[in-house]
Amino acid sequence: MAQKPKPAAAPPKTRTRTRPSKPAKSAASAIGGDTAAVGRPVYLVDGTRTPFLRARGKPGPFTPVDLAVQCGRPLLARQSFSPETFDMVILGCVNVIADEMNPARVAALRLGMGAAMPAFTVQINCGSGMQSIDTAFRMIEVGKVDMILAGGAEALSHSPLVLSQEATKWFARFASEKTAWGKTAALADFRPEMAKPVIGLERGLTDPMTELNMGQTAEMIGHLFGITRQAADAYALESHQRLSRAHQEGFLDGELIPAVSRGGELYDHDDGVRPDTSLEKLASLKPVFEKPYGNVTAGNSSQITDGASWVILASEEAVRKHKLKPLARIIDAEWSALDPSIMGLGPTLCCTALMKRRGLAREDIDLWELNEAFAAQVLACLAAWEDEQYCRDVLGLEGTFGPIDRDRLNVDGGAISLGHPVGASGNRIVLHLVNAMRRLGLKRGMATECIGGGQGGAMLLEVV
Amino acid sequence: MPVTDTSVWNTLAPRNMELGPRSGSANILTDWRIIKGDDDIVWLILDRSDESTNTLSEAVLAELDTALDDISGMGAKGLVIRSAKKNGFVAGADIRDFRGVTAQEEQEVEKRMTRAHEIVDRLAALDIPTVAVIHGHCLGGGLELALACRYRLAISDAKLGFPEVLLGLHPGLGGTFRLTSLIDPVEAMTMMLTGRTVHAKKAKSLGLVDTVIEERHVENAVRAAVSGNVKTRRGSLKSGVFGFQPARQIAARQMRAQAEKHAPQQHYPAPYRLIDLWEEHGGDARAMQKAEIKSFSQLLVGDTAQNLIRVFFLREKLKGAAKGESGIRHVHVIGAGTMGGDIAAWCAARGLSVSLSDLDRNAMAGAIGRAAEFYGKKLHSGIERRDALDRLMPDFEQSGIAKADLIIEAIAEKADIKRRVFEAIAPKMKKNALLATNTSSIPLETLRENLPFADRLVGLHFFNPVAKMELVEIVAHDQASRSTLDRARAFCGAISKLPATVKSAPGFLVNRALTPYLVEAFVMLDEGTAKETIDRAATDFGMPMGPIELADRVGLDICLEVARMLKESLGGAMPEIPAWLAQKVEAGETGRKAGTGLYDYDDKGRPKKASDTAAPSPEMADRLILPMLNTCVACLREGIVEDADMLDGAMIFATGFAPFRGGPIHYARTRGAEDIVATLKRFEQQYGLRFAPDEGWKNLA
Repeated sequence: MAQKPKPAAAPPKTRTRTRPSKPAKSAASAIGGDTAAVGRPVYLVDGTRTPFLRARGKPGPFTPVDLAVQCGRPLLARQSFSPETFDMVILGCVNVIADEMNPARVAALRLGMGAAMPAFTVQINCGSGMQSIDTAFRMIEVGKVDMILAGGAEALSHSPLVLSQEATKWFARFASEKTAWGKTAALADFRPEMAKPVIGLERGLTDPMTELNMGQTAEMIGHLFGITRQAADAYALESHQRLSRAHQEGFLDGELIPAVSRGGELYDHDDGVRPDTSLEKLASLKPVFEKPYGNVTAGNSSQITDGASWVILASEEAVRKHKLKPLARIIDAEWSALDPSIMGLGPTLCCTALMKRRGLAREDIDLWELNEAFAAQVLACLAAWEDEQYCRDVLGLEGTFGPIDRDRLNVDGGAISLGHPVGASGNRIVLHLVNAMRRLGLKRGMATECIGGGQGGAMLLEVV
Repeated sequence: MPVTDTSVWNTLAPRNMELGPRSGSANILTDWRIIKGDDDIVWLILDRSDESTNTLSEAVLAELDTALDDISGMGAKGLVIRSAKKNGFVAGADIRDFRGVTAQEEQEVEKRMTRAHEIVDRLAALDIPTVAVIHGHCLGGGLELALACRYRLAISDAKLGFPEVLLGLHPGLGGTFRLTSLIDPVEAMTMMLTGRTVHAKKAKSLGLVDTVIEERHVENAVRAAVSGNVKTRRGSLKSGVFGFQPARQIAARQMRAQAEKHAPQQHYPAPYRLIDLWEEHGGDARAMQKAEIKSFSQLLVGDTAQNLIRVFFLREKLKGAAKGESGIRHVHVIGAGTMGGDIAAWCAARGLSVSLSDLDRNAMAGAIGRAAEFYGKKLHSGIERRDALDRLMPDFEQSGIAKADLIIEAIAEKADIKRRVFEAIAPKMKKNALLATNTSSIPLETLRENLPFADRLVGLHFFNPVAKMELVEIVAHDQASRSTLDRARAFCGAISKLPATVKSAPGFLVNRALTPYLVEAFVMLDEGTAKETIDRAATDFGMPMGPIELADRVGLDICLEVARMLKESLGGAMPEIPAWLAQKVEAGETGRKAGTGLYDYDDKGRPKKASDTAAPSPEMADRLILPMLNTCVACLREGIVEDADMLDGAMIFATGFAPFRGGPIHYARTRGAEDIVATLKRFEQQYGLRFAPDEGWKNLA
């Protein structure tokens, strides 16, 4: 059962101070606009994820491919067909490490899927794990293939330290000098500040167009829609409580499979969850992105974590041939884009566009997974959907989209409590949406996320 | 749609190997063939007919002599020697030639060896550049052949070594003087004394091979060698120093002390003969060659070498039973304790897909950690280690049960618990999957009750530590199908273990034979003999460790369980189990795994032994060993194993029974059944009924 309704975090306010500079564009993904016309049904048959493990200031026990293997092995092991049966493997991964170029292919081989298994990696930042599903969905839909393993994997704790551009140029010169004199001369040009590495993760989470980091974009949209610090903290608290309850009640059984490191350590739960946190504790945290006046803290942001998630997609033929039991059917997906500085509003664009195309109203969606990049960002999306001007001018709706019941949103917690391994999250929310709908006896659900760089992705599924 | 279902690599792989010019006239002999290319380089290819592996027999060498005749008239610019076998260059001498040689034949052996040396010397004396191209195994006689060439080019998978010492011998085809003069003599002696093989890379750094290449560069590398464009590193500073006898004397003293730790001279003479050889003749190739031939011939006709050669063939016999296709790709192991975890880790290292389940998640994780540690030590590359770990899946959902071709149960030794597990998994198993139990004591007849497919139940009894003990008892019962037993044996072959098929009788073979030995040691302990003295009696006999230390190693809890079960079913033939054993088990002092048992253990798991204990009396070894022999004879009479050779092999490969004695039954035969029976009768009078000679001794005369 879903939780009892809680009072809305903050009364929706309508503000009109700032508008995005350009009207947002939307486009149905991959192949053509009207996908309802073509296409064979595509089913989500099964899926698993690893525990999401907090980055603790040093490389964690698993690389991205290690995570994909830890996650994929038990999933493949519980299928009735052999791993070679798949037609293709697609993996979302943002921070690919140098030892694992095209991690999809490395994972496929390490999972024993055979030398003849085509595999490629997709990258659209925080949407990568959903992009892999959408790409697979389209390929099966048009009849090219019948079964694809689609996932996402990310080890943010393995983000490299990067040399600065200057240091890289210097090193290239030093290395190319052939003589001792040349090397000595090059050495003299070295300056101490070159030794200071740039933290790759920090750069990765900063928008290259605006130089705003993701937390700053959340500050921005929180401000635009009047999301208070208290509302954001209350949202964060509830995320922890919901995930903690899901752990205890066994809601994640079969979805979350433990991982074991080479050192023999067992990782059997999402270790970022803090069931004992409180509004007081959250309130005591200082803003991390915009000191000293900002509202976004480590407590009301998603956590930096490592994790992976896979789902199996199959055509009707594959379902019949291998006697599979589909969990849900993928109906449609949508990608939208807007100004990078307000990337957090992405979900409002792609969801609305997708629903318009499908002729669906808010009440038609039984359950929502809206990735919790930041509490302020989730709440800003909800507020935007209740904002008359925004709905009219940006979304082109008559009247507002309306409120989304908290009982139908992120019912088992989200990235704030369990973390946001960027390449994996989009995959996880689709998988969990399906499992949660089945547990709650619901029919139709939407998984959506905002995407760094100013995009949004959404996927609509129906339980079968 | 894919263009093909075949593996592209498998189709192309045979093209990879370079065996000389593809055209040109070939002179094909029985085991060798000679091909000359346009560049006047002659390729001499060894490809023994009717053998899957190249070995050097007398006939192969005689034919090499003929081949060298042929080549001398060909105007060759260079000569390449290479094997056409996939698995390697030459695996050593053909040991069949060495088998069953008696002391009377020593002169004859010397003559044969001298002749063989002449042929190899002829190769070494050729005035054209000679090049050995080495892939895979290059051992013993094979390495000696390569050492007679001017250049050695190793493919990166090459493994080189002199394992003769493991057969109670030392190199006998020129290895002693050629290796010590080619590389650092101390390194050379270490290689020959330990029998350890070295990989290509290490061989290069030792100077044993000139270069390490990939298969695709063989032709170019050969051409470079023949025209003298391969860099060689010959003669080290040390070989100069060890040209002086006093320097060799000092080094030899250290080598003898080292050897004594691993192989006492009274049982294993070969290392000491080798050290003598070098100490006396190092630096003088001709003298050393002569002495090598003499010493090798003496060793070959001696008991130790002949018994170790017997052990070699016992292993071949056991391996022979492990041939065939098991149809087992995926193994599921239930129970992640020491045995289950280690069996799972071993199978994954040998290339099988393995799932491991246990009720305790932490136990599963611990087993993965132990496996990673084991792979870190035993697997050579990061790739192998990663792949083995990827194949070993902790199975939190027990998915493996429905997918496995073989399920091995390794949980608590309680019949009802095992039966309950069998009942739960039986309906989920694949149609042709085998169900195996690692029980060490429970009869399979008890476990198969209620099992819908008793024909697919088999015992696979591994020994602790799994990685070291080569034997697996295949426990049969009257409802096990022929194909089940065949597949179980073939599975052992696939994971490089040696199967011995035994009847489902209490304790099967190994534990039944071992228990009287262990319990007799406990009785002696109660009589006041120091544990160190008891262990010493057994190690002096040639056992790898004494019974007290072994009991700790196996675990006193397991000893107690097996002993009780055997006492129950065999009665008087077993000594009384001392009451303190149960007390120790209850107190948790179960041996090495608990840090304390009969001995206390240090952090590294080594027993703390007193050094001031008395030397064992001459009778002690008999008191320990004869009950074991007596039980072996009983097992043979009862048909627990097929024959005496199988029994000897099983005891050696499961317990390390003094290998230089050739196995318990072979030892009994050599010593004489009458002598043993008489001793047993004397002990029976003195110590009790348990020493009563089995009636089976009559069959052994």
